[in-house]
Amino acid sequence: MSEKLPLWEVFIRSKRGLEHKHVGSLHAADAEQAIQFARDVYTRRMEGCSIWVVESNSIHATQEGESEELFDPAEDKVYRHPTFYDIPDELKL
Amino acid sequence: MNIDKADHFQYLLRLGDNALILGQRLSEWCGHSPFVEEDVAMANTALDHVGRARMLLTHAANIEDAGQTEDSLAYNRTEREFRNFLIVELPIGDFAFTIVRQALIDAYHYHLFTELVSSSDETLAAIAAKAVKESRYHLRRSAEWLCKLGDGTEESHLKTQAAVNKIWRFTSELFETDEVDDAVTTAGIAPKADSLAASWHGYIDELFAEATLQRPLAAPLAASGRKGIHTEHLGFLLAEMQHLQRAYPGLTW
Repeated sequence: MSEKLPLWEVFIRSKRGLEHKHVGSLHAADAEQAIQFARDVYTRRMEGCSIWVVESNSIHATQEGESEELFDPAEDKVYRHPTFYDIPDELKL
Repeated sequence: MNIDKADHFQYLLRLGDNALILGQRLSEWCGHSPFVEEDVAMANTALDHVGRARMLLTHAANIEDAGQTEDSLAYNRTEREFRNFLIVELPIGDFAFTIVRQALIDAYHYHLFTELVSSSDETLAAIAAKAVKESRYHLRRSAEWLCKLGDGTEESHLKTQAAVNKIWRFTSELFETDEVDDAVTTAGIAPKADSLAASWHGYIDELFAEATLQRPLAAPLAASGRKGIHTEHLGFLLAEMQHLQRAYPGLTW
């Protein structure tokens, strides 16, 4: 039955001020039902204070095969990390 | 709050029994719902009702002050001693039947607990403040389902209307009154049944219109679960629910 329903991705904000995080996916007939199921499946132990749902179809993703061109070139660019600056003592933790 | 202890106890027992029996019925869906998301949602709702029953029966036991506890009230009473509405003890039927019953009862509980928040019984008012939040969500869920099923496919519409036709005559009991209701209403513990009936009927009319369902013209049922006269279904439910305590009295985890 549920495989005939569209798939939705669920994002939960655990606390005010924090960002929504992807927690999983579920099947539901529409956005209202997706929010209801997300509430019942993902927030029953007080995990959240806000829910986003988005139809999985609407998410465009990179493909495994593109990894070489997309991510490998960053490998030898250590200077992009802000680790080459002298940090004043008063800013150190 | 000036009221006879026995009437006060009876009223709380009725509220507690409705929650307990409905919770037990709903829990029968656990592992059997049409799909897994719904299974979790249904079990959550069942647990809300069981939690509510615990608070109400504990309060009832305290008011009665005769050595009972939430557990002894739930597990040691016989069928004739239960005070729930007949509508909550009916078997779960198909999914449409369960959703129709939930929508009707959730709407009743939502309107009832909204009023009970200002009850002169402070403990009951506190329980109601918690319960009304749950009921608001239960109703959002069951009303949404009712519209999806009623205004869905031809088959889902037929099944849902058939469930409405079957269950409708059990709704008149929700608004019947007797001497217990008169006593708790006079004492400011409970709202008047007729004002509750008016808001419930108004709400259900709108919901049915949206769900494209017809309100049947079924004759009201002349029976009262609240007097301990039940359908044949309650005994089987209790046999299952009470089995462990009956077989091993006083058993604990």
